[in-house]
Amino acid sequence: MIKLHNIHKYYHSGEQPLHVLKGIDLHIREGELVSIMGSSGSGKSTLLNILGILDSHDKGDYFLAGREIKNLKEKTAAKMRNELLGFVFQSFNLLPFKNATENVALPLYYQGVGRKERNYRADQYLEMVGLSNRAKHMPNELSGGQKQRVAIARALVTKPKVILADEPTGALDSQTTLEVMALLKDIHQLGNTIVIVTHEQDIADQTQRQIILKDGLIISGQHHHSHSADAIADQDEEEILG
Amino acid sequence: MLDGLQEILYTLRMNKLRTALTAFGVFWGIFMLILLLGAGRGMQNGIYDGFGSDVLDFVVVYTGTTSVAYNGRGVGRQIELTTDDIATIQQKIPGVRFVAAESQRGGISIVNEKKNGSFGVYGVPDDFFKIKESIPFNFGRKINPLDEQQMRKIAVIGTVVSERLFGKDSNPVGKDIRVNGVVMKVVGVFYDKGNRGQDSERVYIPQSTFQKLFGTSDKIGSIWLRPQEGVDGFKFEESIIQLLRQRHQVSPEDKRAIRSFNMAEPAKMVNGLFLAINGFIWFVGLGTLMAGIVGVSNIMIITVKERTREIGIRKALGATPFGIVSTLLMESILVTAIAGYAGLVLGVGLLELVAFGLRSAGANLPFFQNPEVNFQVAITSIFLLVAVGALAGLVPALKAARIAPIEAMRAD
Repeated sequence: MIKLHNIHKYYHSGEQPLHVLKGIDLHIREGELVSIMGSSGSGKSTLLNILGILDSHDKGDYFLAGREIKNLKEKTAAKMRNELLGFVFQSFNLLPFKNATENVALPLYYQGVGRKERNYRADQYLEMVGLSNRAKHMPNELSGGQKQRVAIARALVTKPKVILADEPTGALDSQTTLEVMALLKDIHQLGNTIVIVTHEQDIADQTQRQIILKDGLIISGQHHHSHSADAIADQDEEEILG
Repeated sequence: MLDGLQEILYTLRMNKLRTALTAFGVFWGIFMLILLLGAGRGMQNGIYDGFGSDVLDFVVVYTGTTSVAYNGRGVGRQIELTTDDIATIQQKIPGVRFVAAESQRGGISIVNEKKNGSFGVYGVPDDFFKIKESIPFNFGRKINPLDEQQMRKIAVIGTVVSERLFGKDSNPVGKDIRVNGVVMKVVGVFYDKGNRGQDSERVYIPQSTFQKLFGTSDKIGSIWLRPQEGVDGFKFEESIIQLLRQRHQVSPEDKRAIRSFNMAEPAKMVNGLFLAINGFIWFVGLGTLMAGIVGVSNIMIITVKERTREIGIRKALGATPFGIVSTLLMESILVTAIAGYAGLVLGVGLLELVAFGLRSAGANLPFFQNPEVNFQVAITSIFLLVAVGALAGLVPALKAARIAPIEAMRAD
């Protein structure tokens, strides 16, 4: 589903270009639930930006759902974000002046889906995350856990290929963290591919694979470890890619 | 499209006070511009009205006595114009549109039955009314070529004469009056604002009738002229004076023997004045407008800053840069257009109200009359406003389109 090969990223802010990602190789299969870990400065935000097509890489190959992500125009990038990816953020990032249904429906607005249809679909996903009784509530009338569940519904509403979650439980207490993680695992059970960026070990422990980043390189969890056949298949793919 | 509009209305409703203040800035700019333009036009109308009922390009030539000896002739000789002068002008001067003689006798007794008065009587050909073309006729008609040819005993009288002889609000057309003892039929009544209405204390009769009545033969009092369109009024005047000086053997230095009045002179001065006033009005008005537009730009910058997170979220969810830019621009344009239109309507409304008030109060202010606004100018300024409003929103909007979503959403 996600295939990174020798990804490099530089930032040209100071006098010397900052080499943030120094050759990332990563393969995430369809239906996987993985976590990306690393201390601040390890390059995990940059990696998340590149995975989310919010930033471009300087060198290497990135394939998302079989499509090469390279030199995309802003417009194409926006379209691919909308169709292929669902985002869940630490601080929820709901629009404060829209109610739960409208927040969930927003990605569909950018697909040009009509108001009635998108609100109908949004309500279905709200029901799935157990919030159908809060559909008309504004974000400030919801608890932190409820907000994050709305955000998850919003990430799911376009039926994306991959869900990227950036510290999804970072702003939640431990009880709510359990609920949200349970929900993410449920969604994973339904066959969704989920990537969680976190610095909490007990969150990472709940995922199938922990990818650990340090100083712009992956130091562990590069490849799926449980199925050797998959590893061989990966290698085949890599040979094809050159 | 409707959805897009709804998104915009959402955010505008979110920031009611800010939207209202921005809108007010633009509204005020347009409102003041319209008021200023209207007031300027009012002044212009008022001053042009002071010119009376005259067209703005006529020339009158009249005579006095010589003041410089010339060709063996002494000073103090009275110069008299004749119908030959008119014929020669028509032959030799290019660019004459109309030329007409005017002869005058003052203090002539005019009688209608028991009522009578003493007025000036003027002998003029039919072309004279093509020079005085803008004086309004309340009743009847002007003098026509047949009157002139057949030496008809008809008269065109001013409103003051009509009121004296026939009373107020009566139509004297078709009635007889006696001019210097001779019966003449009234065929028209005019109102000439000139000389504060004193020019309406006149009786015009055909030139030929006048010659017969007073025995003036070919002598005339003054010559009225109008140049063709595009002919320089001052050169035209100069060439006529030169010709007449030659014909009457007047020294080129003699300023008193043959004199003239050229309407082009005050008209030119007033036109220049209004060019300056209009320039000033536009300067001030556009300045006010600029202040409003700078306001819009400022607000848009704040809007973008405040909405960094929202824009970041929208981008992450699939909003294209074009979508972001166009939404913000639409917002800016919507506010400026609606506020600008309101300013336009209210400004025009107020001007109309003032004009109506002045009219119904019967006020006749010497330098202010009928304030109005050229609607085309107003519409142009609205479009200008919207365009510049869009421009004002463009820079912040482009800035918004460059917002990096992840950073925007992490910032609290």
